[in-house]
Amino acid sequence: MNDKPVFAPSCPLPATVEGRVELAHGGGGRAMARLIESLILPAFDNPALRRRHDGAAIDTGGPCAFSTDSYVVRPLFFPGGDIGSLAVNGTVNDLAMCGARPLWLSAGFILEEGLPLADLARVVASMAQAAASTGVAIVTGDLKVVERGKADGMYINTSGVGRLMPGADLHPRAVQPGDAIILSGDIGRHGIAVMAARESLGFESLPESDCAPMADAALALLEAGIRVRCLRDPTRGGVASALVEIAEASGRSLAIDERAVPVLPEISAACELLGFDPLHVANEGRFLAFVAAADAERAVEVLRAHEVSKDAVRIGSVGPGRDGRVTMRTAIGGNRIVDMLSGEQLPRIC
Amino acid sequence: MKFRDEFRDPDAARRYAEAIGRAARRPWTLMEVCGGQTHAIVRFGIDQLLPENVSLVHGPGCPVCVTPVEYIDKAIEIAGRQDVVFCSFGDMLRVPGSEGSLLAARAGGADLRIVQSPLDALRIAKEEPGREVVFFAVGFETTAPANALAIHRAKTEGIGNFSALVSHVLVPPAMRAILSAPGNRIQAFLAAGHVCAIMGSEVYEPLARQFRVPIVVTGFEPLDILQGILMCVSQLEAGEARVENQYTRVVRSAGNLSAQDLIREVFQVVPRKWRGIGEIAESGFGLREAYLGFDAERRFGPVGRGAERPGPCISGLVLQGAKKPFECPAFGKACTPEHPLGVTMVSGEGACAAYYRYRNEAAGKSAAE
Repeated sequence: MNDKPVFAPSCPLPATVEGRVELAHGGGGRAMARLIESLILPAFDNPALRRRHDGAAIDTGGPCAFSTDSYVVRPLFFPGGDIGSLAVNGTVNDLAMCGARPLWLSAGFILEEGLPLADLARVVASMAQAAASTGVAIVTGDLKVVERGKADGMYINTSGVGRLMPGADLHPRAVQPGDAIILSGDIGRHGIAVMAARESLGFESLPESDCAPMADAALALLEAGIRVRCLRDPTRGGVASALVEIAEASGRSLAIDERAVPVLPEISAACELLGFDPLHVANEGRFLAFVAAADAERAVEVLRAHEVSKDAVRIGSVGPGRDGRVTMRTAIGGNRIVDMLSGEQLPRIC
Repeated sequence: MKFRDEFRDPDAARRYAEAIGRAARRPWTLMEVCGGQTHAIVRFGIDQLLPENVSLVHGPGCPVCVTPVEYIDKAIEIAGRQDVVFCSFGDMLRVPGSEGSLLAARAGGADLRIVQSPLDALRIAKEEPGREVVFFAVGFETTAPANALAIHRAKTEGIGNFSALVSHVLVPPAMRAILSAPGNRIQAFLAAGHVCAIMGSEVYEPLARQFRVPIVVTGFEPLDILQGILMCVSQLEAGEARVENQYTRVVRSAGNLSAQDLIREVFQVVPRKWRGIGEIAESGFGLREAYLGFDAERRFGPVGRGAERPGPCISGLVLQGAKKPFECPAFGKACTPEHPLGVTMVSGEGACAAYYRYRNEAAGKSAAE
């Protein structure tokens, strides 16, 4: 599965990288300098980084959003992405959910002794590509090495700063009765893709992870003048957890329709087999938008113009109640509560 | 998956519910045996569509729930050994033993691996010949053929570092125990479709005759369950007590004969203790003499005596259909999926967990339209 590293033709890195991460690579000496200079700086190249200072000086020019997230995923490479694309897109998406245009990222690496340098190079290239595709610069960073067995190959932390869109004031408490709940596409791909790769489940054909940057699509709503109340990316814990968090924070009752929530047949089948509820499975390229009811149709139209949200659909509404619950009309017309996942998701017996 | 959506059609569901309403002239109490059916009933709100005089009681068919506490304790003990790779289905990990769980053992350093099939455990045994690989062979008749196959292969291929901790249980003896209990109120059964796919529907004939109860072999999709209920109610109103098969697209009356042969080759019927219920005669599988070399209890010592902590939990009564989860004073308060007091709150197929996840209090009907 670990192919030779694939680089963009313009990338100045050597075509093959040999060797493994050693403790000395994190020691602050020559080995570390060489690793950073040969493997990381060329990939992330930008003026701020070229100054080689302890931190980056940036001119925000106005109100900003600031977010951070740490990424641990096993395996490091999975269908549709890797820990690098995940680390960039994840923080980019968090900033976009605040209504901010992502501009600058930091990258902190914790590497495990013994990690093939080729894997690191591949992840770094993937980060560079993800950053370029969404117009953010990785302007500062850090690298540490821990002993073998103390980490799953590597962990990455990214923090990001983005400039807030004019007038953007998105948060759960802005949600109002009657608002439409819009979902940007089908759910469950990332969680199932990673689990299938990790546990060698042997599914024959599964869709790839949906890992993708969503800033352009999400911010297009604000640019189009849609009255957006709140945006949320349903990552760990899935759509259910995202909805419950917003219901609890806003005190509003939310109602969704099971038949409106798009799930690909293969994902749905995998969930049935494993005993998972697709609403609890992680996504890395989907978001929920709470918008004024009158703007709902236009919001769906705006989202469908973007590849990442071309299957956007309204899945429910904010109700008049103030009980902070999420309810769902089931496929056969019953009603049930939607709750957060309890504990770890574990495949069932039969 | 068009196939599946057909069994979740809301108009057809409503028509079935209306037909049940027309058929049921008297009050009837039905038990769905399998936890998968309980889960579907609560998840889709099937019980909300039924007339008031037809009530569903949830049965003991949750393999995670009924595995005795001493087997969990033994599993934790074996998993804690340095030389052991312990393999288990995922949903056994959270089940509490006398102290701790397999999940806690993993956090404490045990090499514990979630597998989808016992054959995965066998593969690990081949790949890591220097270590003892132990598979937690639990479940009903549904998991027995694959578990028997893994043990049979271990013997024929001479994979000496593989063994199984066996706590297999059987559905019909549990149904007999429920029907024989004083104060039984179950008047008909939805039998578990997947179990019958292996063992057939014929094995239920003696129960239907002796206890005069309709038994309808039923699938797991909403329309399967509604049709199964309609078939039960129709029999009850007509004064009949037959074994019927709703799940004809999967279940044959004789079952899967080659799977049964494999089970008989490796396992024999033994008495088993059911967590929350107690010992039931001839209610489980144990390894036959010829396969005892692959018995983890032989290799690592017999299971001890487990001790349930005393407390307000009524999971035993819930498993027997005598109480609903809401009737427990601890439900949703002291007992939640994060801090389960009993097994029925642990497993996704346990009735308490299903009610907690999909109903919370009685909020099921308050959906904002």
